[in-house]
Amino acid sequence: MPKYTLNINKTSYDVEVAAGTSLLWVLREDLGLTGAKYGCGIGQCGACTVHVDKQPIKACLLPIEQFTAGQEITTIEGLSEDGDHPVQKAWIEAQAPQCGYCHSGQIMQAVALLEQNEHPTRDEIKAHMNGNLCRCGTYLRILTAIEMAAKTKAPTF
Amino acid sequence: MAKDLTMTNKINRRAFLKTSGGVTLFIGASGVLPVLVSCQDDKKIRAQLKKVPITAWVQLWEDGQMIIYNPAAEMGQGSMTSLPIIFAEEMDADWSKVQVEFSPQEADIYGGEGWAPGTKLMFTVGSRTTHSYYHVMRKAGAQARYVLLNTAANHWKVPIEELNAAQSFVIHEKSGQKISFGELVPVLTMPTALPDFTEDQLKNPKDFQLIGKNIPRTEIPAKVNGTAQFAIDVRLPDMVYGALERGKLHGARPTLLNESEILAHAGVMKIVQFDYAIGLIASTLKGVLDAKKLLKIDWSTATSSGYHSQEIYSEYEAIAAKKSQGAVITEIGNMGEALRSAHKTYTADFKNDYVYHAQIEPLNAVIQVSEDLQTAEVWVGSQQGGDTKLGVPGVLGVPPENVNVHLQYLGGGFGRRSMTDFVVECAILAKEIAPLPLKLVWTREDDVAYGAYRPLSLQRLKATVDARGQLTGLSHTVIGDGGNLVASGVKNDHYDIPNQLADWRETTHGIRLKHWRSVGHGPNKFAIESLLDTIAFDQSVDPVALRRTLMAQSPKALATLEKAVAMSRWDVPSIDGRAKGVAFVEHGSIGTGICEISLDRATGTINVHHFWIALDAGVIIQPDNVKAQMEGGIIMGMSSVLKEQITIVDGQVQQSNFHDYSLLRMQEVPDSIETAFIPSSEKPEGVGETATPMVAGAIANAFLQLTGKHLRHLPFTPDRVLAVLNN
Ligand code: FES
Ligand code: FES
Repeated sequence: MPKYTLNINKTSYDVEVAAGTSLLWVLREDLGLTGAKYGCGIGQCGACTVHVDKQPIKACLLPIEQFTAGQEITTIEGLSEDGDHPVQKAWIEAQAPQCGYCHSGQIMQAVALLEQNEHPTRDEIKAHMNGNLCRCGTYLRILTAIEMAAKTKAPTF
Repeated sequence: MAKDLTMTNKINRRAFLKTSGGVTLFIGASGVLPVLVSCQDDKKIRAQLKKVPITAWVQLWEDGQMIIYNPAAEMGQGSMTSLPIIFAEEMDADWSKVQVEFSPQEADIYGGEGWAPGTKLMFTVGSRTTHSYYHVMRKAGAQARYVLLNTAANHWKVPIEELNAAQSFVIHEKSGQKISFGELVPVLTMPTALPDFTEDQLKNPKDFQLIGKNIPRTEIPAKVNGTAQFAIDVRLPDMVYGALERGKLHGARPTLLNESEILAHAGVMKIVQFDYAIGLIASTLKGVLDAKKLLKIDWSTATSSGYHSQEIYSEYEAIAAKKSQGAVITEIGNMGEALRSAHKTYTADFKNDYVYHAQIEPLNAVIQVSEDLQTAEVWVGSQQGGDTKLGVPGVLGVPPENVNVHLQYLGGGFGRRSMTDFVVECAILAKEIAPLPLKLVWTREDDVAYGAYRPLSLQRLKATVDARGQLTGLSHTVIGDGGNLVASGVKNDHYDIPNQLADWRETTHGIRLKHWRSVGHGPNKFAIESLLDTIAFDQSVDPVALRRTLMAQSPKALATLEKAVAMSRWDVPSIDGRAKGVAFVEHGSIGTGICEISLDRATGTINVHHFWIALDAGVIIQPDNVKAQMEGGIIMGMSSVLKEQITIVDGQVQQSNFHDYSLLRMQEVPDSIETAFIPSSEKPEGVGETATPMVAGAIANAFLQLTGKHLRHLPFTPDRVLAVLNN
């Protein structure tokens, strides 16, 4: 099986997997970075959202070959040292998750928004978050959390 | 009971150990005697639990830290916090020192009230968790407190009656002495007997320190940093992967046509034949899913062959028209007489299509069977069940104690994870490949196509009124497959309607069915609440006024109505283009929901702007969490009411993933969902399924106000809305 080198959460990882394996399977099954979740495999739910060079992408859709040029991959595990990224703190404050399964993806998607747009309007937030499904129906708390995080104007944004 | 007592006594004398660092308080399941065992490790607790019917609810260390065990599945409903809060409340524990862990999956020991009196179950269904564990947890917490008080009494040589506890301290006010729970650990002594703690010996709800406060949920930090472990996240050394192809025709039998090609595929280790599927085992997840796509299968016909879900309603209408009654579910007064003497009769049919659970974590499990096939370790997110070992002992032909279930967080349950089909499948594959651990993953496509849906059904309602327009009778006929799955929610305990008759007429199509959040309440409350507004509309009466009359005998229900009316400013007309609708639901707890909608007449899209809910759920353990349950219930209700639909053509499920089975998304959420509680000191009632059934009725009733037209077929998709508007 071919070998690949990936730059994830500022660490270099070597993996040996079948050509064409999705980034999501590599993260989860080979590297044990299970924060990104599998929900649909076709880019419809956003549970697998991670950052590649600060852009949110759906890791289920793209094969590992596309990430071997040293791109910076960030997963929820690498978002902060102690789960204390301003967005994560806002998420706790708002008590946003229910089952929690969608929330790694929701948080990664939200962080990407605030990095590009410090003070999004409610409609901008909704549009940006529309690709992330939550079956437990925590959408309103996600909105609250993002608005709270935007207010704290953390230095990372 | 007598047997428990002797056994517990014996174990008490034999196994009581002074501790090094920590103790586990085993509180007798029957409340007989506590047993204190030095138990740092889980294995020892489990071994202990096997011997006697005792319960370990709490582990306490000398530094005052404690673990409280949660016996219920955590699927987002907050059991991981609410049940331990109840325990800690009666124990007078300092919540900041509490950690929560799942209890072992042993129903005899950790079960709550079962369906039958005197039985025990670990079954996280029907929103029963808080209700069924409320007294169990209070009593156990009070008993743990008693052990600590008793120890302090002996230690200080003062009467126990003079002692009090607060914030993990035992206090003797007379002498001004104070000792922490942790400091009592090394000197812990056994009381000779333990009070049984009846309701009136427990705390007065007005003295609650933790219950009713907004305490953050214990598992949320792990859910925002990616460390919360779901079964699908489990990885074990040498783990292999399993998948099944189950087809789209429920019950069809497969014949594999290209076995050698599949076995030659990279990484494929084994093909396992199931009655209804072809199972595969491979060394990687990609390998097993790729091989699955290459399967060439000839499927037999099945019961559902020839069945077209969207064409069945005319047959259902014919069944509804038959004179002969189905199984009578509820009967009050004389409906026949009410029909004969009616001044006017209102009749309407309500239809609803199949809906799918769509929990975002697809079904999966990890199982490792030992080489001799005698024991198994199971990692699973399950709503548990009558069999806490989830069918695995049956697969292996071993006694239940040989199977160890590690309950993981559930990425959504909604009823689907109260089935064990996926666990049994995983056990069958794991047995084939023992002793290698195996992870079975259902793809989303598998999860949709081999779902177990809320049944399609038709409700024919007839309401009679007298000359003054008063409701005198309600007849409610449900046609569909699945018994209670279609028939729950037909009773009207809070409406004063003198003559009522509800019957269920059975159909069968061979489609897999299961409880789906709120079960039959969704379709049936939709029908009842819509018909009430049909009458009000016809009589030019305010829908709230009509319900007020009906609720005259139920002050509890009426209180929720009045509260919701006040919250929503019902009496103030909505701005142009908007209208409000009301619906009442009982499902354990009771509540009134009011929504405000607008309509895009060009596209047929309904926009829901606000939802107001007034809820009476007895004692509210965690107010913010109950609000979250209401929000989630409304959103899931809106999703199903406005969008969701599984259709069957010639027995084949037509949908496969979220591109053709749409869920409500962020851009479609209301501006606000507000919840208010009716104050109560009664036993907590379930809250997880009360909001969802409000949605269809409230929206349809608002739509009636807005357009004068009736929406009577779920879901209210834009094309259906347009069809109704243009009719
Ligand atoms: S799993 Fe990637 S979008 Fe759903
Ligand atoms: S919290 Fe359960 S799917 Fe979003």
